[in-house]
Amino acid sequence: MSGKENGTVLRVERLSKMFGGVVALNDVTFEIKKGDILGVIGPNGSGKTTLINCITGFVKPTHGGVYFNGTDISGFTPHKIANMGIGRTFQVVRPYHTLPAYKNLIAPLFSARARHFPGSGGLGNRGGIAIDILEDVGFERDARVPYKPAGDLPLGYLKRLELARCIALRSDVMILDEVFSGLSAAEIASLVPLLERLNMDGVTLIMVEHRLKELFTLASKVVVLSFGVKLFEGNSDDALKDEKVKEAYFGKGKEGMI
Amino acid sequence: MAISENKSERRLERIDRGIKARTDGIYALLSWREISYLMAPRTFLLMGLLVLPVFLPEVWQRVFCLAGIYSLLAIAFDFLFSYAGMVSLGGALWMGVGGYTVGILGSEFGLPPVFSLPIGTFLGGGICTVLLLPTLRLKGIYFAIATFIYPFIISHIIEALQIAGGTFGLADLPVIENGWVVLYVMAVLLTGIFFGIRRLVIEDVGMVFRSMMENDQAVSASGISITVLRTIAVYIASCIGCLAGGYLSVLYGWVGMSFFALDFSILPIAASVIGGPGTFAGSLLGAFILVPLTEFLRPFGPMRMVGYSVILALFVVLKPEGIFPYLTRKYNQFQRWVEV
Repeated sequence: MSGKENGTVLRVERLSKMFGGVVALNDVTFEIKKGDILGVIGPNGSGKTTLINCITGFVKPTHGGVYFNGTDISGFTPHKIANMGIGRTFQVVRPYHTLPAYKNLIAPLFSARARHFPGSGGLGNRGGIAIDILEDVGFERDARVPYKPAGDLPLGYLKRLELARCIALRSDVMILDEVFSGLSAAEIASLVPLLERLNMDGVTLIMVEHRLKELFTLASKVVVLSFGVKLFEGNSDDALKDEKVKEAYFGKGKEGMI
Repeated sequence: MAISENKSERRLERIDRGIKARTDGIYALLSWREISYLMAPRTFLLMGLLVLPVFLPEVWQRVFCLAGIYSLLAIAFDFLFSYAGMVSLGGALWMGVGGYTVGILGSEFGLPPVFSLPIGTFLGGGICTVLLLPTLRLKGIYFAIATFIYPFIISHIIEALQIAGGTFGLADLPVIENGWVVLYVMAVLLTGIFFGIRRLVIEDVGMVFRSMMENDQAVSASGISITVLRTIAVYIASCIGCLAGGYLSVLYGWVGMSFFALDFSILPIAASVIGGPGTFAGSLLGAFILVPLTEFLRPFGPMRMVGYSVILALFVVLKPEGIFPYLTRKYNQFQRWVEV
């Protein structure tokens, strides 16, 4: 459908998902250009995670399509989509608890996609590459942190580990499911430059967030969902002025402030 | 409260031996004492597997071979259980399919064991994998039940249709005449597979398997197909299991429906559990304790199973961590009582 010519990297078109009789997503359409940061916000239960699951193949959409660089990827398996270049993190972090932190990156470095890139440690040096990536996302290099079992690490590190997996996979598009949730203000402040740097390296980011203040400093565009319906798409500053968005967040007739 | 007021409250403290700490790094290579500390357990194992059989009387050489068969099954179980997160009761399936594949290759095609055993191993492994393909999506106990059902199905098909020798099995298969060759085929294969699989699980592939065990969705989000991974894991385990089955048919020169017996599913699990799952050395140790034990207890007739079960229960109750982790701990650490 939509091609590469206008710089669109990912296009979600009339996407709907029903779980039994429950409509989780209803006719959602939006697109994101290469190198942009898109924020996806909405109250609890508005279908944000379902949207991510539809894009990354964990859930098959009932109607509609997801176009990645012009190819319809809806219905593809998660590993195939990951290998095409869409990486994701999980809202509830999913480390491999018993493995040392750096060994958590062996799986993405082992994928067909990572093997195509030089310097992915194909010749038995995946451990070294993994340590480098962990250092890159803010693990202390000489401390014992990367060698500790992932299950022993605090949440801040585990969120970085989730990001590190996407980096190891060399994803073009990273979909971050609430990376800021559960982190202190200081931890978020140290994570923001990392995301900015990834974006400057050409990675397109889709961020699902509840922390609007931090999100709006990063995102150039936001999509607001409520009960599976897209309420708003556009500039992040305009989003908070939109009447429908205010209503979804704060109810009718009340003056909200965020 | 009374206890905390008691002055003589003590706590058991475990401390790494000095030599253990010294041999953790590259410095171990600086002295013979430290090198031998590192090498001793492996040397002991190699001596046990490769040299000990020479000194065994002929009856016990046979027991050694049987223990080897159960060790292979236990290693295959342990690999799937501890590194791929799949509980398999497939011992009987592997034994039966491996045994019959080698048996049919021997009786129908007249292949000598030197060909039929390797072909049977890989072909049998493939057959088992194809049979288990539809069940790969199942997890935990459901996969176990699926692997448990196949031996019944296959053995009853053989009985009902009287194929592949029917109730009597296939007799007079080509065997290896020289007893020493029979013995050392097992000793060398077991040694090779033991060290090979221990190497495999610490390699990158092994890390991917362990990642899958911990969280399969995160692995598929990392661009790796779970189905392919599970298939590979099942194929590796099936090949090891079918080798055990094929070897038994070569050892007996006969293959029959008893190859699908439940013992082959249960005993390797017992061996793995009392030896310490996840270590492979534990599986080996467990099998080499349990199989000779059944032979020792043979004179007691029907009381044999009672003694056997009691010993098994004692191991599980007294050393729940497994024998091998216990020995490792004793080797690497000492313990002392300290006042609290």
